[in-house]
Amino acid sequence: MPLLKTDDESTEIESLLKGIHERYGYDFTHYSQASLKRRLNRVREHTKLFSYPELLERLYQDEQCFDLFLKHMSITVTEMFRDPAVYLSIREKIIPILKTFPFIKIWHAGCATGEEAYSMAILLHEEGFLDRARIYATDFNKQSLETGQAGIYSSKNMGTYAANYLAAGGKKNLSDYYSSSYDLVKFDDFLKEHITFSYHNLVTDGVFGEMNLICCRNVLIYFDKVLQDHVLSLFTESLRHGGFLCLGSKESLNFTKVKKMFEPVDTKYRIYRMTEALHV
Amino acid sequence: MYEAVVMGLSAGGMNVLKTIIPALPATFPLPIAIVQHIAPSSDGYLAEYLGQISAIPVKEAEDKEILRGGTAYLAPAGYHLLIEANRTFSLSIDESVNYCCPSIDVLFDSAADVYRQNLIGIVLTGANADGSKGLKKIKEGGGLAIVQDPLTAEVPYMPQAALNATVIDYILDVSQIAPLLARLGKVGEGENNVRSIS
Ligand SMILES: C[S@@+](CC[C@H](N)C(=O)[O-])C[C@H]1O[C@@H](n2cnc3c(N)ncnc32)[C@H](O)[C@@H]1O
Repeated sequence: MPLLKTDDESTEIESLLKGIHERYGYDFTHYSQASLKRRLNRVREHTKLFSYPELLERLYQDEQCFDLFLKHMSITVTEMFRDPAVYLSIREKIIPILKTFPFIKIWHAGCATGEEAYSMAILLHEEGFLDRARIYATDFNKQSLETGQAGIYSSKNMGTYAANYLAAGGKKNLSDYYSSSYDLVKFDDFLKEHITFSYHNLVTDGVFGEMNLICCRNVLIYFDKVLQDHVLSLFTESLRHGGFLCLGSKESLNFTKVKKMFEPVDTKYRIYRMTEALHV
Repeated sequence: MYEAVVMGLSAGGMNVLKTIIPALPATFPLPIAIVQHIAPSSDGYLAEYLGQISAIPVKEAEDKEILRGGTAYLAPAGYHLLIEANRTFSLSIDESVNYCCPSIDVLFDSAADVYRQNLIGIVLTGANADGSKGLKKIKEGGGLAIVQDPLTAEVPYMPQAALNATVIDYILDVSQIAPLLARLGKVGEGENNVRSIS
């Protein structure tokens, strides 16, 4: 790959992202540049279009090439019960409060292939109120959403997931919730009945209303401060008063504009509760 | 004038960090970003421990945190650590690189883009080849490359891979690294010429 001077490269990347925004409406201009650049390198290697202007030209004309670009822009790495202690904390600190509601809504924003949403469904089931809950699992990667909707995953990760599940306070065995054939597992349909997978772009789409709990884990790290603030304020508008926000283990509300609207529920595991009404 | 130091360690790295970081003076002016390969479940104990025995502050790097001079930052377990053009950190959970997350190459690659010739890269003990691509890129950008002498490294594979990958400015015993950094970090003493001596 030809080495460009850093400043030139930044300018070229900026033009590329602007062009894409114009043509397709996807806005990546406020993504963290360093990791975005690594993903762009993969697109460049894949397409053999190493010059950014040439790549933009192709993207402009070729929608299939844009699909490929989008796929590369979405990091689908995820796990069931990732950071088990977080789920334990949700079980112990949030669930008892949520149980006092007749019906609750949970939003997994940036759900990737849906493992997180199934984890939550299992947790709610074991706490005995899955029937009173609706889980919205959204992402801007349509292919990931299809995987989630199918509920079919590779069996090779189930060992890790089963260990996570138990560490998260699981009351049975993870394998009680799926059936296997060959190297695939399919999660039971009763879980999926409570999950709605749908397309939502956090950058450009609006409020997703009246949530009791929003889980947005390992998504904000891909955004710069400006976009983080934008998305967080979208969350404040989408949460019910007293609703909960659960971020990734290395994400926090420190130094964000919405910080004062929340009180920490579990500082270590980045769980917050919205205490203030909007725009106060 | 150097602006930052990046450091990569794998197997055997704890002992090396315990030698280098506490030997840096409290006045050390540059930020140091460190990737030590570590189990995904570990919880930041290493940074806390190193902080207790060092003159400079040591902490786990946080997402979008500004790099401060005279502070050592460790990549959190399970996250890649990257440096942005505006001198802040970003974290990511992208795929593993060289089977590692955090990966040394990922840190070095992003740091080389930002600091170019004003960067010092150091590859130390370890059992895989992570870091050698990154160190090569640092050299290509005009930065300074330091490698632990494989003969004295607890696990020589990683420093040897770095040696094979690019031209190295200093091949050193661990005990020599902090004194050299202290010297290179000193501002306004023509220390940038040091490279030509090596
Ligand atoms: C690293 S995954 C995190 C998955 C999961 N939440 C977890 O922590 O395991 C990041 C996800 O964010 C999604 N994402 C990135 N930008 C987005 C956007 N603008 N709108 C919606 N989802 C986005 C990606 O498609 C990807 O699925």
